[in-house]
Amino acid sequence: MAGIPHDHYEPGSKGEKWLHRRLPIVGLLYDTIMLPTPKNLNWMWIWGAVLTFCLALQIITGIVLAMHYTPHVDQAFASVEHIMRNVNGGHMLRYLHANGASLFFIAVYAHIFRGLYYGSYKEPREVTWIIGMLIYVLMMATAFMGYVLPWGQMSFWGATVITGLFGAVPFIGDALQTLLLGGPAVDNATLNRFFSLHYLLPFLIAGLVIVHIWAFHTTGNNNPTGVEVRRGSKEEAEKDTVPFWPYYIIKDVFALAVIMVIFFTVVGFMPNYLGHPDNYIEANPLATPAHIVPEWYFLPFYAILRAFTADVWVVQIVSFLTGGIIDAKFFGVLAMFGAILVMAIAPWLDTSSVRSARYRPMLKLWFAILVVDFILLMWLGAMPAEEPYASLSLIASAYWFAYFLVILPLLGVLEKPLPQPMTIEEDFNKKHPPKELDVSSSPTEVPAE
Amino acid sequence: MINSMFVGKSTLSFFVVLFLTAASSFAAGGGDNYVKDYKFSFEGPFGSFDQNQLQRGLKVYTEICSACHGLKYVPIRTLGDEGGLGYSEDQVRAYAENYEIFDPELDDYRPAKPTDHFPEIVDAGAPDLSLMAKARAGFHGPMGTGINQFVKGIGGAEYIASLLAGYTGEEKEEFGTVFYENTAYPGRWIAMAPPLYGEDVDFDDGHSNELKYEAMDVAAFLTWAAEPKMMARKHVGLRAVLFLILLSALLYATNKTLWAPIKKRSA
Repeated sequence: MAGIPHDHYEPGSKGEKWLHRRLPIVGLLYDTIMLPTPKNLNWMWIWGAVLTFCLALQIITGIVLAMHYTPHVDQAFASVEHIMRNVNGGHMLRYLHANGASLFFIAVYAHIFRGLYYGSYKEPREVTWIIGMLIYVLMMATAFMGYVLPWGQMSFWGATVITGLFGAVPFIGDALQTLLLGGPAVDNATLNRFFSLHYLLPFLIAGLVIVHIWAFHTTGNNNPTGVEVRRGSKEEAEKDTVPFWPYYIIKDVFALAVIMVIFFTVVGFMPNYLGHPDNYIEANPLATPAHIVPEWYFLPFYAILRAFTADVWVVQIVSFLTGGIIDAKFFGVLAMFGAILVMAIAPWLDTSSVRSARYRPMLKLWFAILVVDFILLMWLGAMPAEEPYASLSLIASAYWFAYFLVILPLLGVLEKPLPQPMTIEEDFNKKHPPKELDVSSSPTEVPAE
Repeated sequence: MINSMFVGKSTLSFFVVLFLTAASSFAAGGGDNYVKDYKFSFEGPFGSFDQNQLQRGLKVYTEICSACHGLKYVPIRTLGDEGGLGYSEDQVRAYAENYEIFDPELDDYRPAKPTDHFPEIVDAGAPDLSLMAKARAGFHGPMGTGINQFVKGIGGAEYIASLLAGYTGEEKEEFGTVFYENTAYPGRWIAMAPPLYGEDVDFDDGHSNELKYEAMDVAAFLTWAAEPKMMARKHVGLRAVLFLILLSALLYATNKTLWAPIKKRSA
């Protein structure tokens, strides 16, 4: 399936041959883990493995938690306390699951920004990128619904605010919101459907992860140079690559172990650090918390949602042009989903012929601003909706869109890229010079003749 | 080289700020209340509950707080748990009989058994205290990051102790309700009358029953009530971290040796 020439599985024993004729599953697994992988990958290429681990961790802890959880408005909060107090190891399971969600998002943001920097989204990896974006959207839906399940104050009011967004859609908004909630307000029907979907979506994600891996195994991995692996012959390809097993599996497992040190430090010693104290108060539809704050991983997009208020001229123009169909609230919703959409269509917005930002001096600068912009938006999302945060949110949101819609298309024309290495081998040898070269370049003690 | 340094630095700062930003959500909240940084034995990765303090705190709860506040999520039998109050089975049984609970099967009240929970008390309109120590965060520093929670805990115990010791003695009446001024309460005016004045409870271990100690003891007890598995969690955390550091070191060596021939250096 992979385009890079390499050795394929040959069934050895009689038993293997028997199975291979009927179901070549061992061959499939062998080709998957022996995939030729560029040998110059840096540490930003570990996040895929971390994400796979996170998905497995969340599914396994989640399945066990679901065995003890009760999705009913009168019992959900108490059943979480039952898990924390009476279920063997239940407190660890719940803290692993809750903090596992945060690790999942740290990893996915690192993974996405790595892709943006090294141009991993560019031709021919557009499909990998689009599927990745679908996975990311499903992750957000899953995490949002998961946060509702403990039925604390933030669960309830977060659900009320976010589902309210769908009510802003013109004409069908009310119907859409009712469909989502299963009634006029967040209630038992909402909790039940969120529980059902929170259990279902991770398996859709798992399916998409397989397709995501299939797609980039077909095109081959990107790498820090953005230069393609040579595919003329097996020998040529072997100069640019190493097999995924054992070289990258061991590297990824090492990185994962280091990340787990930090993860278990948080789970063991400060498990509520990334949570909100209000969620230890049972949901009360009659008492609104002073500040309704989404989970940290939603904050950048929450800031974009809130940035476009009725007094912004863009909103006023769009509202006027559409005869009021697109009002400020709906504009905010469109901006929030649009912020993800422009990222998803980056492969067609980026006009440069060079993949990696390593050889794109101007992109490097704009990309650094994008990273700062993302962090700024995250901070702004946690701030109250007042000045100066409102104006800052607007500027930061505008940059997010400008990066994808203006800067990426223009840079391909304006930028003069730096020279790229011809091959991955050349890049790798520059960093790890072959021994023979060292010997020949150093003063030799060959006796004169 | 410059490129990889750039990425390394930008990604590192990205994650540092990511965490700071995430935690800054804690900082959003009223800022007019003062939470004193009491020292508790259970703070930090190596801290553990002081069994005597928890037992004194239970006594304060039983004699004073339980008049209005329930602990509905706490099973009475957990008073016998290791790493917590550590009472014997007989002591727990005797303690349980302090409470009368309604049994739907008998359709009548009966003395509580260890397998029952502490009663839920709704008459006084006072909040349940089972999770109070986790539902309030006292610490947001430094600079709103909340990172100091690693050594101090989230500050729920400090908030409770500060509240109990934070009455100024001023009161006011609004719409027929009396409010009491309290330096720890967000908004400063609380509907709860001062529950402790000092020397309200005689401790069996002879510990001082000044207001400060009563407040700290019941705050420690409520922290245990909110997080009864804290000791087990820290033990697991410590063992996991030590194991993973060792595993990381071994995997580092494995990875280095594995790649040596590819990177053309001696292993």
